[in-house]
Amino acid sequence: MPELTTTEKPVAAGAEVDYHDSREAVTVRLEKTRGFSRVLSPRELWLYRDLALQIALRDIVLRYRQTALGAAWAILQPVALMIVFALFFGRVAGVSSDGLPYALFALVALVPWSFFSSSLLLGSESLVLHTELVSKIYFPRIFMPMGVIAAGFVDLGISLVIMIAVVLIYGIVPGIGILMLPVLILMAAAAALGVAALLSAVNVRYRDVRYVVPFAVQMWLFITPIAYPSSLIGQPWRTLSAINPMVGVVEGFRWAVLNTSTVPWAQMGVSAVSAIALLLLGLAYFDRVERSFADVI
Amino acid sequence: MAAQTAIEAQGLSKEFRLGLSHQGYGTLRDSLVGGVKRVGSKLVGRGDQVEFDYLKALDDVSFKIENGEAVGLIGHNGAGKSTLLKLLSRIIEPSGGWADVTGRVGSLLEVGTGFHPELTGRENVFLNGAILGMRRAEIRSRFDEIVAFADVERFLDTPVKRYSSGMSVRLAFAVAAHLEPEILLVDEVLAVGDAAFQRKSLAKMGEVAKAGSTVIFVSHNLATIQALCRRGILLERGQVIADAPVQEAVDQYLRKLERAANDDLLTREDRHGWKETLVKRLYIQDLATGHEDVVIGGRPAKIVVEFTELLPMMECELTILNSLGHPITTLDSQLSSVADERDPELGTRIECEVPSLPLIPGRYRIDVNLKGRQEVQDLLQAATFFDVEPGVIDGRPMPAVGADGDTVFAQRWLLPPR
Repeated sequence: MPELTTTEKPVAAGAEVDYHDSREAVTVRLEKTRGFSRVLSPRELWLYRDLALQIALRDIVLRYRQTALGAAWAILQPVALMIVFALFFGRVAGVSSDGLPYALFALVALVPWSFFSSSLLLGSESLVLHTELVSKIYFPRIFMPMGVIAAGFVDLGISLVIMIAVVLIYGIVPGIGILMLPVLILMAAAAALGVAALLSAVNVRYRDVRYVVPFAVQMWLFITPIAYPSSLIGQPWRTLSAINPMVGVVEGFRWAVLNTSTVPWAQMGVSAVSAIALLLLGLAYFDRVERSFADVI
Repeated sequence: MAAQTAIEAQGLSKEFRLGLSHQGYGTLRDSLVGGVKRVGSKLVGRGDQVEFDYLKALDDVSFKIENGEAVGLIGHNGAGKSTLLKLLSRIIEPSGGWADVTGRVGSLLEVGTGFHPELTGRENVFLNGAILGMRRAEIRSRFDEIVAFADVERFLDTPVKRYSSGMSVRLAFAVAAHLEPEILLVDEVLAVGDAAFQRKSLAKMGEVAKAGSTVIFVSHNLATIQALCRRGILLERGQVIADAPVQEAVDQYLRKLERAANDDLLTREDRHGWKETLVKRLYIQDLATGHEDVVIGGRPAKIVVEFTELLPMMECELTILNSLGHPITTLDSQLSSVADERDPELGTRIECEVPSLPLIPGRYRIDVNLKGRQEVQDLLQAATFFDVEPGVIDGRPMPAVGADGDTVFAQRWLLPPR
């Protein structure tokens, strides 16, 4: 029988290190931990990268399996909201849309919003929906809310394509600002992951989250300038309101896609900072309570 | 080859807080109220009253397991076996002490964890493999083997929800069996599937152990533990009370079980269920001699279960096991017959009559599962032990002690002339 040399296996420089060896080589000490430990450890996340991919794939595949309309749902939701908004806010209430066609004005804001809101709704349930995984298997639990966000990107991609098509049909050609879209999407994703991580972690202990989130998401929709332009708000509140990261994202989307004249730099800046802060806050909280998930779920 | 240590544990402890997390999910309100109460009692000056009971699931457990050892964990329900496996597989954190684990850990705490009913067999193999810690490339290279082992080739692209339960268990086990970890933690997974598949799984486990993996194995089936493991660790109330060659540990466990069966059953804590009613006493009686706990094979006997409270819809399941803990048969009142009787005069007892006890001489035990209000009320292992004395069945002598098998039944032979 060949000798087991698990700890020191010489690896040629540049050779691909076998995954197992990289995990074998270490002795893991299991003990009571305090403070921050796992989630923010890039090594741990890297070791389990294949699982992250599989969970994301699962979430993508499952989102529309056995639905009649499939991925069409990705665009149906924002479009349905757009129609309602256009009728009631645009037509009936006559809300200003900064001189743009109201439907377009709403749609461009609803696309990133749908990504954000569904990430929160599904992300906050991601752990408690898979109790059996959390209580029977070890893996970095952050992959659960991350998988939801990853699946959200697919929806977002589909609705972005359709949104751009609608914009072009209206005869508007996006300008150079469209290059900012990836940054804006990252901002929305960072904020979504931060909040979803926080909510999913709280949900493990307090199922109240289940009732709070749908309600909170609705409130959030109305404090975000989606049905109305943020130009309705006077300064300095207009800039301050961008502490809500979706303000910068939504106004940024309008500028980037609809080629509006004023660039909302201040709002985008404030929102970027706030999105990063939310992400760090959510991950930090998640990391602190992750160790007790299996005990209380 | 210098033996390396795979797992070393020192003073490992785990406490669970009873209360909140056990009474279903906590709500924010409970916790707010609890917080206010705590602050309140501090203000009033009642000091640090303990508000929660703590359950010590593991209490100062230390051991060292070398590479390639196969170790069986033995103990009652609630002795801490599963908690120990969960600690070693990093699912939960210890409250005290530490364990050093060297090598890739594969844990099979439940077959099919992470199987998603909406996903196809193929998709589930990849997801489950990743969950168990396999690389994508690794799964791909063993995919055909896995599928062949599970015998589900034709249904690979069918969602698992359309599988029979046998099929999904086979597929789940097949994925797990091809994991090839250095340390394998197994909890009772072999109790699934049909007999043939169980044998196949057992053989696979043996292979894994022989191939040099370290195996820690939890099972109630002592025969399986003895077949797979060289060393046994006996746990009781979260403490190691024996760490010895497997035969010795098993013997000690059996002696413990017998002693527990002799105790007043109401003092036993290793029970599960709603506990609105508890098994007070359980015995088997030879109907001819009237003797308790010693019966003669082939003669009529009855098993009597006495309990504390009468509930609606009472049912009872009795499992008879041989001296190695291998189940022989389950007598289940829910599989009712027209011969059964519901007697209002019976009081707080249930009786099960066996017209001719088909057991060969030896020592047996009975596990009981008492049900009421359509819930499991009291699940108690080793509620009693009894001896079967040699007897005759249908006029024919029984095989002697030590014969193969545990049962015998009436028979008639046709033979050529002498």
